[in-house]
Amino acid sequence: MDIIVLMKQVPDTEAPVEIAEQGNSLDAEDLKWAINPYDEFALEEALLIKENRDDVTVTVVTVGPDRVAEAIRVAYAMGVDNAIHINDEYDDETFAAADAWTTAKIIAKVLEETPYDLIIAGNRGVDDDNYQVPAFVSGMLDIPMITLVNSQKIEGSEIVCEQAIDGGTATVKASLPALITANKGLNEPRYPAFRAIMKAKKKAVDEREPEEIGLDAKTLGTTGAKVKIRTLEFPPERAEGMHIQGASPVDKAKELVRLLREEANVI
Amino acid sequence: MTKEILIVTELWNGSFRKISLEALSEGKRLATQLGASLTAVVLGASVEDQAKTLAAFGADTILMADDPGLATFRACEYTNVVAGIIGDRAPGIVLFGATRRGRELSARVAARLSAGLAVECAGFTLEENRLVATRAMYGGKVIATVDIDGDIQMASIRPNVFEVAKVPGNGKLERLSVDPGKSNVTVLEEKIEVSTKAELTEADYIVSGGRGMEGEDFSVLEELAAVLGGAVGASRNAVDLGWRPQSDQVGQTGKVVSPKLYIACGISGAMQHVAGMSTSDIIVGINNDPDALIFRVSDYCIVDDLFEVVPAITAALKA
Ligand SMILES: Cc1cc2nc3c(=O)[nH]c(=O)nc-3n(C[C@H](O)[C@H](O)[C@H](O)COP(=O)(O)OP(=O)(O)OC[C@H]3O[C@@H](n4cnc5c(N)ncnc54)[C@H](O)[C@@H]3O)c2cc1C
Ligand SMILES: Nc1ncnc2c1ncn2[C@@H]1O[C@H](COP(=O)(O)O)[C@@H](O)[C@H]1O
Repeated sequence: MDIIVLMKQVPDTEAPVEIAEQGNSLDAEDLKWAINPYDEFALEEALLIKENRDDVTVTVVTVGPDRVAEAIRVAYAMGVDNAIHINDEYDDETFAAADAWTTAKIIAKVLEETPYDLIIAGNRGVDDDNYQVPAFVSGMLDIPMITLVNSQKIEGSEIVCEQAIDGGTATVKASLPALITANKGLNEPRYPAFRAIMKAKKKAVDEREPEEIGLDAKTLGTTGAKVKIRTLEFPPERAEGMHIQGASPVDKAKELVRLLREEANVI
Repeated sequence: MTKEILIVTELWNGSFRKISLEALSEGKRLATQLGASLTAVVLGASVEDQAKTLAAFGADTILMADDPGLATFRACEYTNVVAGIIGDRAPGIVLFGATRRGRELSARVAARLSAGLAVECAGFTLEENRLVATRAMYGGKVIATVDIDGDIQMASIRPNVFEVAKVPGNGKLERLSVDPGKSNVTVLEEKIEVSTKAELTEADYIVSGGRGMEGEDFSVLEELAAVLGGAVGASRNAVDLGWRPQSDQVGQTGKVVSPKLYIACGISGAMQHVAGMSTSDIIVGINNDPDALIFRVSDYCIVDDLFEVVPAITAALKA
């Protein structure tokens, strides 16, 4: 069975960000990058399925510029079999302008010619918080989608999942091929050793450009995106906090309550 | 030109989510500027009584898709119905609440209609009669201003950002006969804990605990939350240690909240936690380490033992 993992590389959350000169993207220069945390759950789940059966091939599909090679190495070191990287770094503007729609379009096009029984994606990208690519991909491929999966079991040609829903959980079933999105708690992702990541450099990556998969670059990028970032700005800075003084915890608590009532007007 | 703004509402436990009223109120503001009409869409079974109440929040038309097949949220069926309505009416702007359901529904509907969708928006302006949205990205580190392409501009709003305003609308109730259609997913079982707890993302007051809680006894936080009429949240450490359920987690791999007041107790203030709460109106940090990062984002800082401070706050509020 063929499992596809949709993996996105995102800026490492710990690292500060700078806004690029043209004002509508991040300055990629000094950014540190990492695999989207939800996609680590997706990768891990695919590998767990592979460990429990002897017929599984795990292929990572990722859309992004040159730097994504780094994330692919980590995925290889974790144990995936193949990687398809659609490189959209031939034009800075195109990269900056990619949105959920153009990304999904590329992924769906690749999957037209790549066998898949199960697609595992993350619940969301922690960079853009779009929650969209999986819905777009499953819509374009016309396959079932089960979101926020806590656990799954493949039974013959069907998948049974427990998913998080408002106020609780649901057990649902769909026929394969299907797409599921990983919730936190699905599993505990493995962390490959540094040596394994270095060794993974030698692994071949199926790298393609949008033209090679049959998409006109002009329908992607600035012209293709449906949501276009005009500007990025830093949020207004929070004024420095006030340190509440007091002789005892009780005094501090009383002073806080007074300030919340009289100064902040929140209670 | 935009003649109609459509709001897709959400019912939970028999009444509208606050975010639906927030969306209606913001929709009304935009509709007034555009000279457009405001339409609320209600999906459910036997929901006429609730549907009527939306007139008070500015709805000129209330479209009610009342069908036994819509009694509980089902992503495929709801997508069929909502995409059908939007396809028929071609409104210029469609707003959803960025709740768990709203996110999934809006994305599925956008996919179906090939429409542009800006999610988690925190502000809108109009330029040449078109919607321009602002939204946080990169865990709240930057704010993006975005254009949404196409004839139908879709957006979802963040909870607790827009004011709810009571403005009467015509409130014409229209019953739609709809076909929820088939689903490609079968529900085998649903386990819902009907809790009286305020939903974290909608709470005005959140008291969160981290590893500083030293165990699963969160009663001091629960008591404070109860006095405030709010909810209890948690850091990832507290969740990973099994002290709190995953649904309580605030942060990058948890929920994004923006209450009026966020009180972080025994939470160090790691970036991944801050990403989920930095848009709160007022943040209070309580930590016994004066160098804790949480104080960098706090409006009010208390360096002390949370087990002494928190009960004292509860007592002071009750006094
Ligand atoms: C990919 C990824 C995603 C993540 N996502 C999230 C997320 O969504 N949400 C999240 O919260 N974290 C997330 N994290 C984890 C995050 O980096 C931190 O590890 C976590 O937030 C720390 O939790 P904590 O503050 O409870 O614990 P700690 O960092 O251990 O802090 C405990 C604090 O309690 C204080 N303390 C102890 N005793 C007392 C006392 N008696 N009174 C007062 N203060 C006391 C200590 O001084 C300390 O500051 C993520 C990490 C990664 C790598
Ligand atoms: N550029 C990308 N390449 C591959 N997968 C992606 C990409 N962007 C998003 N995804 C997948 O879609 C999920 C949700 O992302 P998003 O819609 O951006 O919030 C991610 O967790 C990935 O699994």
